[in-house]
Amino acid sequence: MSRVLPTLAKTQAPLASATAQRRLLDQVPVARRFDQTLADADLFPLTTGPIEVLQLNLGKRCNQTCAHCHVDAGPDRAEVMPRAVLEASLAFLERSGIPTVDITGGAPELHPDFRELVIRAAGLGRRVMHRCNLTAILLPNYADIPALLADHTVEVVASLPYFQARETDQQRGAGVFEESLEGLRRLNRLGYGRGGELVLNLVTNPVGTFLPGDQRALEARWKQQMLARYGIVFDRLFTITNMPISRFLDFLEQHGRTEEYLARLVAAFNPAAAAGVMCHTTLSVGWDGALYDCDFNQMLELPVTGPAGTIFEAAREALEGRSIVTGPHCYGCTAGAGSSCGGAIA
Amino acid sequence: MSDTSPPAGSSSPPGYYHHHDLGRFGEIARGAPGLAEKFFDYYGAVFAEGALTVREKSLIALAVAHTVQCPYCIDAYSKDALEKGSNLDEMTEAVHVAAAIRGGASLVHGVQMLNHVDDLGM
Repeated sequence: MSRVLPTLAKTQAPLASATAQRRLLDQVPVARRFDQTLADADLFPLTTGPIEVLQLNLGKRCNQTCAHCHVDAGPDRAEVMPRAVLEASLAFLERSGIPTVDITGGAPELHPDFRELVIRAAGLGRRVMHRCNLTAILLPNYADIPALLADHTVEVVASLPYFQARETDQQRGAGVFEESLEGLRRLNRLGYGRGGELVLNLVTNPVGTFLPGDQRALEARWKQQMLARYGIVFDRLFTITNMPISRFLDFLEQHGRTEEYLARLVAAFNPAAAAGVMCHTTLSVGWDGALYDCDFNQMLELPVTGPAGTIFEAAREALEGRSIVTGPHCYGCTAGAGSSCGGAIA
Repeated sequence: MSDTSPPAGSSSPPGYYHHHDLGRFGEIARGAPGLAEKFFDYYGAVFAEGALTVREKSLIALAVAHTVQCPYCIDAYSKDALEKGSNLDEMTEAVHVAAAIRGGASLVHGVQMLNHVDDLGM
C-alpha cells in the first residue's frame, strides 16, 4: 500500500459517519445480541468500578493511515483537542486522583501541547502512558519527544503489527516498518525496554481478519525475533483484536467479510474476557471533551450514560458505577483471550 | 473454497465442498457420539502445547492439509497458523515441505522403475 492514503472522512465515504457504522453493525445478523450474551454469562449489566485510567484522545491527526484504524486518523484530519479541553482534563485528573493517564490519538505527539500535557500530568505524580506509532517521533519537529518521555518516565505503548516489513507495511504503509525499527532503536538507546523503569511495551494486532494468538507465546517469540533480527528489546507484548469500526469495518465491507468476522467474534465470546474488559476502569475523553466508556465507543459516538457528558462537568463519584454502553462491536474485546489497550485479558 | 458456496436458496450447489460445513464438523457425533467424543478429545490433546509448540503443530497441520488436499483443513490451518503468529514465509515453506515429500515419494519410486528396467533389460 502507499505510504499515506486519504481517510474515509476525506473521501466522504459512507462509513466515515459513526451513525452509518452503528446502523451497519446493528444490521449484521449475529446469533446473539451482546447484552443477551452478557446476561447469559451473568454479567449484565456491565458497570464501571473505580476509574483507574483516564484516556485522553488528543485528536485524529496522524502521519500514518493504517488500514485497520478505528479512529480514521490521518494527515488530512483537522480535529485536535482544544486548549480548554486539555486544561479541563488536567484539572479533572488533579481533582479526581485517577492514578493513570493514557494519551492516545491519532498520533498524540502531533498535538501542539503534547509536551506540556506530559510534563504536567507527570508533575501530578500520575503514571503517564503514551500510545506511540513509532514514526511520528522521527519527524524533525518531534525528534525531541523520546527524550522528553524518558525524562518524565512515561510508559511507551508502541504499535507494531508484526516483526517483519511485509506484514507491517501492508497494514501501516510502505516503509513504516523500517522507520518503526529506527523509532524503537532510539527508545532503546534512551534505556527503554530494558526491564527498568522506562517501560516499552509493543502492541500487535492481526494483519487481516483473524484473531490474535496467545499473548504469552507470541511475546516469547517476538522477544527472540526482535533481538536476533534487529537487536531491539522491549518489555511486554500486548495483543489487540481488530475492531469492526471505521477503516477496518470499511475493509470488511469492501471484501464482503463483515458478517463472517462478526460471527467469528461472537463464536469466540469468552465470559472471563468480558468480566475483565477495560471499560470497567476507564474513562475516555474525546478531542472535543465528550466522555465515553472507551475509545471505540468514542469513535462510534456512543457517549457515557448519566448526566456528566463532558470533561468540564465531570465528577469521579458520579461516573463510577455507571452502566457501560455496549453494542455488537463489543464482541471485539471479549473474543478469545479478550482485547484491551493493555492486551489480552483472560 | 468460499467461491464454491452455493448461492442462498440454490438447490444445486456448484461444488462439493462448502466452507460453512467446516463449522458443522461436530455434527459427525450424530451417528456415533462416543467415537466423536474420543476423537475430539484426542484431537484437542494432539494440538495442545507439548514437546512441540502449538505454533509448530499448526504449521505441520498446514503441510499435512496440503498433502491430503483437504479444503477444510487448508482453510482452518491457514487461519490457525496466522493466529499462532506464523507468517507467509513460514507457511509457504511448510507447504513446500509437503510438496517435496509428495514429489519425492513419486520420484523415489523411480528406483522401482529402475529395478524393472534392470530386470527386463539385457
